[in-house]
Amino acid sequence: MALTFRHLFRSFITTQYPEKRLSTSRRIRGQQFVWRSDLCTGCATCAKSCPHGIIQITTSTNGDNRYVVDNIEFDTGRCMFCGLCVEACPYNALYMGRSYEQARYSRKLLWADMETLMDPANQVSAYGHPELEWRIPRQSLLVYGQISQEMVDEEND
Amino acid sequence: MELEAQPFVINFGPSHPSTHGVFRLRTILDGEVIVDVEPIFGYLHRGIEKLAEGRTYVQNIPFTDRLDYLASMTANHGYVLAVEKLAGIEVPERAEYLRVIMSELMRISSHLMAVGFLTNELGAMMTPLLYMYREREKILDLFEMVCGQRLTYNYMRFGGVSHDIPREFLPAVKKFVREMPGFIDEYDQLLKENEIVLARTKGVGILPADVAINYSVSGPMLRASGVKWDIRKDDPYSVYDRFDFDIPTGSAGDIYDRYRQRIEEMRQSVRILEQAIEQIPPGEVCTKVPSLLRPPKGEVFARIEAPKGELGYYLVSDGSIAPYRFRVRPPALINLGVLRYMSRGWKIGDLIAIFGSVDICVAEVDR
Repeated sequence: MALTFRHLFRSFITTQYPEKRLSTSRRIRGQQFVWRSDLCTGCATCAKSCPHGIIQITTSTNGDNRYVVDNIEFDTGRCMFCGLCVEACPYNALYMGRSYEQARYSRKLLWADMETLMDPANQVSAYGHPELEWRIPRQSLLVYGQISQEMVDEEND
Repeated sequence: MELEAQPFVINFGPSHPSTHGVFRLRTILDGEVIVDVEPIFGYLHRGIEKLAEGRTYVQNIPFTDRLDYLASMTANHGYVLAVEKLAGIEVPERAEYLRVIMSELMRISSHLMAVGFLTNELGAMMTPLLYMYREREKILDLFEMVCGQRLTYNYMRFGGVSHDIPREFLPAVKKFVREMPGFIDEYDQLLKENEIVLARTKGVGILPADVAINYSVSGPMLRASGVKWDIRKDDPYSVYDRFDFDIPTGSAGDIYDRYRQRIEEMRQSVRILEQAIEQIPPGEVCTKVPSLLRPPKGEVFARIEAPKGELGYYLVSDGSIAPYRFRVRPPALINLGVLRYMSRGWKIGDLIAIFGSVDICVAEVDR
C-alpha cells in the first residue's frame, strides 16, 4: 500500500512520443548512410565487410590510373545496421545516420542510391567516428537524471 | 453406462502470447491434467549455423546477436572468446573489464525480463512486467550510449571491444548500480510474499537436482535445484576470478525457487558491477587484429555463463577466412528438454507458469 502511494506521486517515466522526442545516442546506428565522394577511393572494403553483401559499388580507372566511383548503392531493406562497413572504411568516407523513422510502403524505396547517400539533409552519427561526438546533442537517458557535467568531468579526471 | 474418456490434444501456439515467440506446445490432456507435453519448434529457424560457414569470422558477430536477442552481449562474448582461444589473441585488461560490465548489465536485464514474464504468466497482467521494463530501459539506454543499438549490439570484437565507453557512461552506471538494489527490494515487496504468487508457485513444477543434472540443465534453473554450478566460478573466463561474489542456490527446485534464484543473481550481478567499476583500468580497448582473420587449423570449444545457462561455441577452422563449422550450444534448448518431466501431472494452468520459469528465447532454441 505504501508502495502504491509512493508510485502515485512520482513523476512520469514515459514521454508522449510523436509530440515529444528524446534524443538518441550519439553513436546510434541508424538510417541514412552518408557517403562522402571526396574521400572515397573506391577500394570497396565496405562491400567486402558487409555480412549480407548489400553494398554495390562499381568503379572505373581514370587517366592517372586511379579508381573513380561510378556508382554506389545500399540495399538498406536488407541491412541489419551492424556498422561493420563504417568501421572497415580506411578513408573515413562512410558514416551511419541518426534518423530512425524510415518506414516505407515498398521495399524498392529503401534502396539508397548515390544521390540519397550524398543528400546534405542526412544526419551523421558518430559511430566509428568519435571525433564527431561533441557536435551531436547528448543522449537523453532515463538513468541520467541528475548527472551533471561536473560529475562527468570529476569521474574522468 | 460408463462414458468413454479419451485423452484430448491441445496445441499451445505457434502464436500464443505465453510462448515467448513462435513456438508450439502439443499438450495431451486428461480433463485438466497434463498427460504429456511435446515442445515443437523450428518455426523461427534461420539456419544461422549454416549461414556462418559462408561468412568471415568478423561478419559472424552480428549473427550471434540474433541468437538470444534478450542477451546479445553475452552471446557476443561467448563467440569472441571462442575465436580468441582458437587464434590465440590477447585482450587488453580494460576490454576485459568492459566485457564483464556489459555481460553483468545484460544478465540483470535478461533476468528482469524472465521474472517479469513469469509474473505475467501467473496472471498479474502487465503491471509487474512494466516495473521490470523500467529498469531494463535504463540498461538499454546505457547500451545504446556505448554501441549505438538497443537490442543487437555487435559490440565485442576479437581482441577487445569495438569502442571505448563515452565519458558519461561510468557516472551513469554508478548511478544505476546505486539505485538497483532499491528497485530489487521493491519487487520483493510486491511479489515475494504475495499470496497468489506463493499459491501458484510453491511446490509446483519441481525439478530435483539429480534429474536436472541428467538432463544437462544449466544456469539459474540448475542452481535453483540446489546444485552450485556457475561457470564464472568453476571455470573462470575473462576476469571473473578477480571479483568477490556468491552463487546463490535454491533448495526445492520449484517455480518459486527459480524466481528467487533470478532475483538473488541480480543482486550478485550488482555486486560484480560495483567492483568492476572501481577496478577498471585505463588503456587500450582493442588489440590490432586483421579484419580477414585466418585462425590456424583446429577446433575449439569455449563456454560462458549466459543469463539462461551455459552458452557454448564450438568452432572448427580449416585455416581459411570462414569457419568450417560453427556450432552453438544453446542453453535455452537444453533447458527446455526438462519441460515434459516438470509439467506431467500438473494442471493446464500450471503449464504456462512452469514454461515461464524455464525462461527460453525461441530465437536461441531454433537458431
